[in-house]
Amino acid sequence: MKDLITLNVFRYQPEKSKEPTYQEYEIPYHKDWVILDALNYIKDQIDGSLTYRWSCRMGVCGSCGMMVNGKPVLTCATFLESYTPGPIRIEPLENFPVIRDLVIDMSDFLEKLKKVKPWIIRKDVGSEDREYLQTPSQLADYKQYSMCINCMLCYAACPVYGLEPEFIGPAALALAQRYNMDSRDEGKNQRMKALSHDTGIWQCTFVGDCSAVCPKNVDPAGAIQRYKVEGASNWWKTLLLPYASKD
Amino acid sequence: MKRSFEPFWWSLFGAGGALSALFLPILLLIFFIAIPLDLIRSPSFETVSEILEMWWLKLILTGVISLSMFHWAHRFRFTLEEGLQLHRWDRIIAVICYGTAIITTLLSLIFLY
Amino acid sequence: MEGLQTYKRKIGIFWWTKRLSHFRFISRELTSIAVAFIAIELLLLSKAIMNGEESYQAFVQSLTHPILIILNLIALGGILYHSITWFNLAPKAMVIKLGENKVPGFLIALGNYLGWIVISAIIVWSLL
Repeated sequence: MKDLITLNVFRYQPEKSKEPTYQEYEIPYHKDWVILDALNYIKDQIDGSLTYRWSCRMGVCGSCGMMVNGKPVLTCATFLESYTPGPIRIEPLENFPVIRDLVIDMSDFLEKLKKVKPWIIRKDVGSEDREYLQTPSQLADYKQYSMCINCMLCYAACPVYGLEPEFIGPAALALAQRYNMDSRDEGKNQRMKALSHDTGIWQCTFVGDCSAVCPKNVDPAGAIQRYKVEGASNWWKTLLLPYASKD
Repeated sequence: MKRSFEPFWWSLFGAGGALSALFLPILLLIFFIAIPLDLIRSPSFETVSEILEMWWLKLILTGVISLSMFHWAHRFRFTLEEGLQLHRWDRIIAVICYGTAIITTLLSLIFLY
Repeated sequence: MEGLQTYKRKIGIFWWTKRLSHFRFISRELTSIAVAFIAIELLLLSKAIMNGEESYQAFVQSLTHPILIILNLIALGGILYHSITWFNLAPKAMVIKLGENKVPGFLIALGNYLGWIVISAIIVWSLL
């Protein structure tokens, strides 16, 4: 006899009901299956109406993030084996509105991402053709923060984002740091203005879960704390030296 | 742009967090646990009053007390607002928390100087 | 996405009991109560010392009240949790570079613990 395992899947089908339900699926258990394999099995063999996002299946695209037993994970990188004997609860990423079943509406995240200007800002862009050189040590300064795949697990893990929807949130702040610490970038002051706002870094209370759930070890919590130290020292500098040059 | 006061409160929170982490455990252990439980003899009045006669030690003590209170004020403000979802009362909670810390600071100045 | 009908989940008032990491977070934040409690005790102690020997001895005597001892033992748990979490998390905010290399976080934490031991030892030595 084949081993079976039960998945308890969050279903939200707005045309059927305004309230979500949980649906049970019993599927064959394979030691080498990840959660996403199980969902694909359900969609192919049991219930074609189950809706969820996925693409690369190898932890790069960042689209298959879901809550598994209440914890945000990439379902392509999480094995069924870790949850035996089950049942396993699958829900859409927390803190986001649900569009359908396991699909969330990420437009708020995309808005916030834009606010931190996650691109290299330079005054001399287009003025001449040249290379912007960088040493390995300068690269090392921000490399960790550049690994973010925008999977939004950190937003699902962050209670502050859930409670204060205005909060810019972990990934966007880590990406701001990624560009601030890039030796080729000159846009730090622009970003600082957007981020030293009350809804920026100051709302973070260092729960630290964003860094714990990050599949790429970006450490957004660390990025935000470093930001706070810098923001606070700037605050005292402008207080004590109000006429010091700022650009 | 409106100048945010959060960096100011956060600085006091951070300074108070560090000072309280370094100084309070041993002071609590000596004065409020070991002496009352008779595990050690309490330092003589001469010893403790001599310490308070040194201006720089008194300054450190005032700093530890005051900044510890600001550390509490900032953390407790957010604990209330997040733990109990009272964010819409932020203004009044902030006034009460930081106000308590300011009053304690003034009291320490009155008592010690 | 305008006009999209979405389902918004609500966060319960006891959200911080649902995950261990969130519960640990709230516990860490609540240690601030121990910090304030000890700071106020120290304030009263220094007031008693400033008022002279009699009031100092009376204050020390009043601390033997069982309820105060229990509160202080609870405060000890809180303040130790505060110190340990503070020293461990400080490297996240403090990044120190020596030349080209980042000082590893555990060394910064280690420095914090050394500072803690030195300060405690000085206090013990000067009081007892």
